[in-house]
Amino acid sequence: MSSGPAALETRGLTKSFGALTVANMIDFRLEQGARHALIGPNGAGKTSFVNLVTGALSPSGGHILFGGADITTLPQAVRVKRGLVRTFQVTQLFRGLSLLENVTLAVCERRGIGGDLRRPAGDHREAIDEAYALLEKMGLAKEALRPVATLAYGRQRLTEVTVALGLAPKVLLLDEPAAGVPTGETGRIVEAIEALSPEIALLIIEHDMDLVFRLARRITVLVQGRVLVEGPPAKIAADPQVRRVYLGERAAR
Amino acid sequence: MAAARFIRARLIRAAEAPPIVGPAAIEVFARRHRLRPYEALPWLTALGAYVLFPGYLPLAAQTLATILFALSADLVLGYAGIVTLGQAAFFGTGAYTAGILAANDWGEPITGLFAAAVTAAVIGFLSGLLILRSSGLTLLMQTLVVAALLREAANKASAITGGDDGLQGMQVWPIFGHFEFGLFGRTGFFYCLAVLFLCWLIVRRLVHSPFGRSLTGIRENVARMHAIGAPVFWRRLTVYTISAGLAGISGALIAQTTSFVGLDSLGLERSGTVLIMLIIGGVGRLYGAFIGVPLYMIAQDRFSSIDPVYWYFWIGLLMVLLVTFARGGVLGLVDRFWPAGRRL
Repeated sequence: MSSGPAALETRGLTKSFGALTVANMIDFRLEQGARHALIGPNGAGKTSFVNLVTGALSPSGGHILFGGADITTLPQAVRVKRGLVRTFQVTQLFRGLSLLENVTLAVCERRGIGGDLRRPAGDHREAIDEAYALLEKMGLAKEALRPVATLAYGRQRLTEVTVALGLAPKVLLLDEPAAGVPTGETGRIVEAIEALSPEIALLIIEHDMDLVFRLARRITVLVQGRVLVEGPPAKIAADPQVRRVYLGERAAR
Repeated sequence: MAAARFIRARLIRAAEAPPIVGPAAIEVFARRHRLRPYEALPWLTALGAYVLFPGYLPLAAQTLATILFALSADLVLGYAGIVTLGQAAFFGTGAYTAGILAANDWGEPITGLFAAAVTAAVIGFLSGLLILRSSGLTLLMQTLVVAALLREAANKASAITGGDDGLQGMQVWPIFGHFEFGLFGRTGFFYCLAVLFLCWLIVRRLVHSPFGRSLTGIRENVARMHAIGAPVFWRRLTVYTISAGLAGISGALIAQTTSFVGLDSLGLERSGTVLIMLIIGGVGRLYGAFIGVPLYMIAQDRFSSIDPVYWYFWIGLLMVLLVTFARGGVLGLVDRFWPAGRRL
């Protein structure tokens, strides 16, 4: 079913901290334009996997390929420049700065003008326009000039996604996009994710099963740093092994 | 009462105002760097001080040079979030560079300033290359060590620096071969004022550039800066180098206007005092230096004449009150009463 290089691929990806192995020979393929979810119980190594792929952690073994090219040893910043972008489980934003500034900073880095010392930031109108358009698209235009810290948490989660979009991702890793958001507000986030361009390959790390089954067309289950099983949602939901380790013993019966 | 009511009304109006959207929001955001009328205040104040207190010009010149020093510290501390206790390393390097040149038959002040800036920037770059990989307490200690090493080096090299006695025999030539540094300090005052003004223009441009905004990003959240692909280490090294150069200029200014350099120019007390000055004025605000430094120097002057022995206690008490009741210093207070004045 795979034609051409995967958007993102890992081969034998391994990471251990002493005796603790958080990633154990993970072979994983994220197809172009995928809507893929990574699930697993607490401590399965989901966030470690994201950290390895984005370069925040360096692997003990194995390879990471991005669009077919080996990026295993590339620094985080270079991977971001190529379009490998993540969001964080716990919101990581510039809390004292306005939404527009949060997104503009990302856009400026992507356009390679983040290091410009001479021109005022306000003169880079293209970057600001682009950032504002993204906020508008995500329904955050009204809050554009407000500091992030003054926003409800659900809005901050949306801002987090908007910042990632400012980096023009080819692959977007969403680490629990709805974590910490009141149930009533998750709908808005799901809508925003559903509305993302089909060109972006999405990997969603999530606990919320409703959200996973609504968004994902393919699911990988990670347990103790290993891939337990992978397949379409229907297959995963029916898999007795998954039900046992993930949904609990009782559900398996 | 009337004032309080006025302020309350303003606050309510600011909170109830409809959000700015569309092209208007972009316009507001893109024009943040434009000059505002209140930015003329420091310069008008300086000129006013010249007219009103002609007897204090040497002190005024010192104040202006120290403002530049505080401005350099604000760049690293307030913008890039690098907590440093070693800013005096660069101040002292600049002071000794200009001083040693002037004591060895090169008293031309402007080239002296440039030499001081370059030497201090080189020291800043090299030490930054080594220490800026760490952060927090480790970094704080390392900045301290760099300054302590330089101070000890200056102490040992007494043949060149005069060691403990300080550098003697500086001969500073007239500026442009014309304006002599006189006894009344008029030349020194305008010299410092002009240099501070030029450096302020540079710093102002810098903090409003995308580079400057990215420094604020580094201060606010380093993890996020990495995640948007910013070369954090190089950004910090760049600003550390620029800041060192500016600190060097301010050291050179004080050396040239007082014709003396002592070991205290590299001392911990100077690094610490400049932080206190910034905290009084407001950190990361560009104008914190312009408010904190004169306030500190006036307070020091007043307290020490009222209570020559324990004046430092009163400064300490003032600090305690400030950090307890007025976080963000004087400019933080201004924000509270005039929220619209704050740049977004």
